[in-house]
Parts: sequence; C-alpha cells; structure tokens
Amino acid sequence: MELKAGIIGYGAAIPRLRIKTHEIAKVWGKDGDRIAEGLGVKEKAVASIDEDSATLAVESSRIALATSGIDAQEIGAVFVGSESKPYAVKPTATIVADALGATPELTAADLEFACKAGTASVQVCMGMCISKMIRYGVAVGTDTAQGRPADALEYTAGSGAAAFIISRESDNAEPIAVIDETYSFTTDTPDFWRRQHQEFPSHAGRFTAAPAYFRHVVSACQGLLKKTGTKPEDYDYAVFHQPNGKFPVRAAAMLGFDRKKIEQGLLAPIIGNTYSAASMIGLASVLDVAKPGDKILVVSYGSGAGSDAFAITATDAIKRKARHPSETVRQLAEKDRHYINYAEYAKHRRKIKSM
Amino acid sequence: MKSVSIIGAGLTKFGEHWQVGLRELIAEAAVKAVDDAKIGGADLQAIYGGCMASGRFIGQEHIGALIADQLGMNPLPSTRLEAACASGSVAFRAGYFAVASGMYDVVAVGGVEKMTEISTEEAAIALGGAGDQEWELFNGATFPALYALMARRHMQEYGTTEEQMAACSVKNHANAVHNPYAQFQKEITVQDVMDSGYISSPLKLLDCSPITDGAAAVILCSTDKARKFTDTPIEIVGSGQASDTLALSGRKSLTTLEATRVAAQQAFKQARATPKDVDFAEVHDCFSIAEILAIEDLGFFAKGKGGSATEEGETALNAKLSINTSGGLKACGHPVGATGVKQIVEAVWQLRGQAGKRQVDGAELGLTHNVGGSGATALVHLFKRAD
Repeated sequence: MELKAGIIGYGAAIPRLRIKTHEIAKVWGKDGDRIAEGLGVKEKAVASIDEDSATLAVESSRIALATSGIDAQEIGAVFVGSESKPYAVKPTATIVADALGATPELTAADLEFACKAGTASVQVCMGMCISKMIRYGVAVGTDTAQGRPADALEYTAGSGAAAFIISRESDNAEPIAVIDETYSFTTDTPDFWRRQHQEFPSHAGRFTAAPAYFRHVVSACQGLLKKTGTKPEDYDYAVFHQPNGKFPVRAAAMLGFDRKKIEQGLLAPIIGNTYSAASMIGLASVLDVAKPGDKILVVSYGSGAGSDAFAITATDAIKRKARHPSETVRQLAEKDRHYINYAEYAKHRRKIKSM
Repeated sequence: MKSVSIIGAGLTKFGEHWQVGLRELIAEAAVKAVDDAKIGGADLQAIYGGCMASGRFIGQEHIGALIADQLGMNPLPSTRLEAACASGSVAFRAGYFAVASGMYDVVAVGGVEKMTEISTEEAAIALGGAGDQEWELFNGATFPALYALMARRHMQEYGTTEEQMAACSVKNHANAVHNPYAQFQKEITVQDVMDSGYISSPLKLLDCSPITDGAAAVILCSTDKARKFTDTPIEIVGSGQASDTLALSGRKSLTTLEATRVAAQQAFKQARATPKDVDFAEVHDCFSIAEILAIEDLGFFAKGKGGSATEEGETALNAKLSINTSGGLKACGHPVGATGVKQIVEAVWQLRGQAGKRQVDGAELGLTHNVGGSGATALVHLFKRAD
C-alpha cells in the first residue's frame, strides 16, 4: 500500500484587533456599505504593534504541537510560508523551531509564494515524511499582510497564522486526517507582486481574477479531482483560498461545490485575507468539526501564480478532544475582538511615518 | 475624384486582452477584413493605421512599419496617423483620399490600441495628452474633468439632467447586449449610473467609456473595381474633418463642438444629404455628455434637446434615430485608436443588413462621428450601399 502523510496536530492564531471595512472607507471618502458588500468582507483582523508574522507563527505552532502530543525534539523540519517576514534575511522558521523547543537537530527554512507558501510548506513536509527523511515536520502559513493606504487591498489585507504538524500515516502518531493526494497547478502569471525594498505590494486590478485566481484555483481543483477520480459530491467540506468573501464562493460555484460545503472554512468575511494563512485557517476550522471519514478538499492560491490542492480524509483519531485546540477557529475569530479606528490602525500597522 | 467603397470589414472582440499583444490584435482584425473582402494580399497597395498613444501604452512607436511587418506585407507603404481618439478616422480618411485620387485601387485601413498594459492612473495621463498638456493636463485637468465642465455648462444652459446623461449609457448598454464584439454585453439602469460614484462631478463612472484593447480594419477599393470583389460595396458618400482649439478654454462655446458641426456640414454637402436623411449613426460618446453634444451638433436634435430626446427613447434602436447600435464607446469599449474604424465597421454591417439583433430597419444612409480630444479634431463620414 502506498505510504501517505497525515496531519497529527494543528493550530491557528488570529490577532484580536479588528478594523471594520466601514472605518477604512470613511477615511477615503468611499461608500463602506458598497465596499463591504462588493468584497464580502465586513472587518479584518489586524496585527498589533507587538505582533508580527513570527509571533503569530509561534502561537499557532505551539497550539499545533500541543494537539499532536509529540515530543518537540522529534520534529525534523520547520517550514514557514509568508510574504510578510519580519526580516528580509534571517529565517522566521528558526524562531518558530526554537520557540517550540525543536532545535538544534532539524532543518528549517522560510518559503515565499505570495499567499500559498504555507500549503507549499505542507507539501515539502509531506515529501520529507513519506521519504522517511524526517519523522515530523511543521508547516506554517503566517502573514501580517499590508495594503497601500487607499488601495483596494487595504480593505482585506489581514493578519493570521495556521500551523500543521505532518507525519507519516503509520508512524504510531495517529494522524487526525490523512492527506490522500495533492496536486499543484503553476504558471508564471504576474498578477500581484512586491519588489525588493518596496513597502507595499502592487497588483494588476481585474487581472488578478479570471486569468490569475480563478484559472489556477479551478485548474488545480479539477486536476486533483481527475487524479483522485473523485467528484465535488464526494467531499463533505471544501476550502478555497479567500482573498475576499466573494472569490471562494464563485470558485465553488464554478466547480460545482454546494455553497454549504464551504461555509465552515470561510473566514475571510470576518478576518479578511490572511494571505499565506488563509486556506490553512479554513482547513483548521474544518478540522474543528470534521467527523471520522469526512472528506475535505483544500485549494490554496498564490499570486505569481499557483494553486496547491489537497484531498484529505479525517480519521477516527479526530474524535478525541485532546487532539483539538482548546478553542475552535470560530471561537478564536470571535472572542475578545477589539475594534480600532483608522488612526489606531495606522499606528499598529506602522503607517505613521514619523514614528 | 473617384468614388471609393468599403469591400471588407473586420473587428476583434473589444475588452481586456491580457493574453495577446498589439501585433495579434492588428493581425486578427486585418485578416478578418481581408477575408471578408475576398481579396488576396497581392491586391493590397498601401496600408494606413490609426493609433493614438502606443508609445505611452506599450512603449512601441513606428506602428506603420509594425503593421506591414506583422501582416507580412513588406514592402508596401504603411503609415500611422494620429489624432488622439480620432486616429482611426484620420487613417480612414487618408486611405479614402489615396484611392479617390487614383493613386491606388485597393488599400487597407486599420485602427488599434492596447491600453490595459498600464495602470488606470497611467492610462489617464496618456489619454490626457489628447488635450492641451501645457494648459490642461499639467494643471490637473484630465479628460473626465474637461467633459465634466462641458456637462455642467450644458446643464446650466439647457436644463440637462444627470439622469438624461445616464440615459445615454443605459441605451448604449442595451444595444451592446446584441453586439458580440462589445466589452460590456450587460444591461444597466439609470439608477446603476446614478449610484456608480463620481469621477468628476457631474460625471459618474458609468457616464465614462472604459479602457479597452481592440483593433478594427476595413478594405477600401475604388467603387468601379469594387464589384469585382463584392455585390454590396459600401460607398463613402461624404467625408468631413475639422479642427478647433486644442484647449477647452479657447472655445467660443462649451456646449457645441464646432469641429463636429463643420465636419458634418462638409460631409452632408458632399453627400447632398441632410441630417433628416440619416437612418443610423455611430457617434463619439467617450462620455455620456459627449453623445448629447454630438446628436445636437450633427443636426439630429435642436441644441439643448439631446438630453430629453435620449431620455424619451428617441435614440434607441429603431426608434426615431438609432444612435450607437454597436453600444458606442461606452458599452462596446473605446480602444482609442481603433474606435473610429470600429464605428465604420458597424456602419458597414448595418448597411449590409448583417447587424443581427441590433439591425436598424431600412438602413440606407449611415453616419459615423469621431472626435479627437475634447473636440479639437472631429470627423464625420456618410455611407450608403453601392449595389
């Protein structure tokens, strides 16, 4: 039988600060209702001045480690996917590895692929586990995304992280979910980018939709369905990358997935686009409620551009309470929210230049 | 002067062509026009191409040579002409003169623009070059601002309303639904226009034509030789062109485009026709107010009555006078250098009875009206069947 990789632990981190779409629109003289409706995002999570993609990565990884029940010293690799690294040169992955107590006998690196380096990290860990290079690998997607003031991105660019601990299926660690298959679809499509030394990303407007997001998400999903011989009806849950609240809904409709199947993993309307973390937080939210045997489809998207698709099946182990974080993703997203105005937002996101 | 007719017409889909470049757009329109004319490449003797700002949009100049090269037509003479948004029509008029003079029997005329390679902001600056850089654009007056001034003055002098301007966009979108080449095949309502947000008050987003990629081409032939290729040559029966001050500030009136009025007089005189004889017209609606100005200045409606006539449906398809059956610049799209030729392609299809669900009943005399800048150049052409 073919050896598969599985998820043995997971965790998410979402900052408690929130800014409403309305509040941002007001500053730029725009119609907040119209924008919130158009994007399907009413508020977004904002990293505070004391948070960054490294602190969020550590927070989510610690939760993932706790739910896995493994000894951190057995972790053989940590990969962190992000497009908002605190250091241009110096890995976030070493910070995470050290905070977990996994150093020094492991490999670690940061990955970048706009919004999909987190799922790319999952694939790297899968390969290393299946090939027996390592026993356990940590894959993290984390971002404190920035939008240029007054740019359309400012309404959605949010903050968050999710971490997954990957193992071999059989290695007495009892995965809570088995990754049955993965399929990627990649082209050189420049729809969104940030060059060296630039503070904010640039994007190509409507070009980010049809030839970028939709082409890659739909193609990756169809490729996975073909590779696995499955149909949309075979899945109990589907998670699509969520740059806003509308794209994943439209992608699901294009692919023939019932709207009900994406609700559990759709967090963008209340936390915004968490970039590298977006599809991974969606998956974490699905694992919070999945029952043994449930089939989950996940498709990430990274500008530039590519999508990673995964077919995942929950196992019996998912029934055990200890294998879940103490708070679900939904609870995490909805507890202790603290709303800030644009001036506070500008401070927290370091947009005040004379600071 | 010899009579000249159109024997072939071709058009690309108008829209955001992210997957193809300027060359492919030209090639598609040209090949369609040549096929439609049932001529061979060897029949062509010269090429005239209209293109406004390829240097700004894609960094490419020398479009005349590029067209001949792309089409494999070297060593034919191939010339680019530029008159801002009227580039297509000045190229057409150059081709018309070349055949009318007896110099050539068969020439190709094209118009092209590839506008979506740069940001909207950069495109607005590039288009601003159609006005007076020193007196207008440099001081912040982009094109929506210039037409907004004209709209405000029209509102003050004649009581034209924002809803009446919106009615132009609504009607043009309704026509575009039946045009498979149109950028927006989607109906909109007056309320949609009113809610679309101000670009430059009183003009809102849906009062403005979009940024578009596209190309159009026609084949011209002396009418006496045209029957060798087609049973339904479309004869150019009138051609007028006029100029006005580059900047709006120099105009006698903000509510009349004098260049349109003069060009129309020339074309009607040559055709021995009057505005009453026209069965349909493609007019230059870069903004909704521009369509109102056009249908007044062309003599279809009294000055000040264009807004109410549009609101009352008189310019709808097969109403009193069908205006912009293609969807106009607003809904068909406005690749600036291609627009003038696209208007002529639409006239050809209407006169041949090939316009499908947007066909004007009994279309015998068609008019095209193309404006450069805020009215510093205007061209009017009149066409009828010569079979």
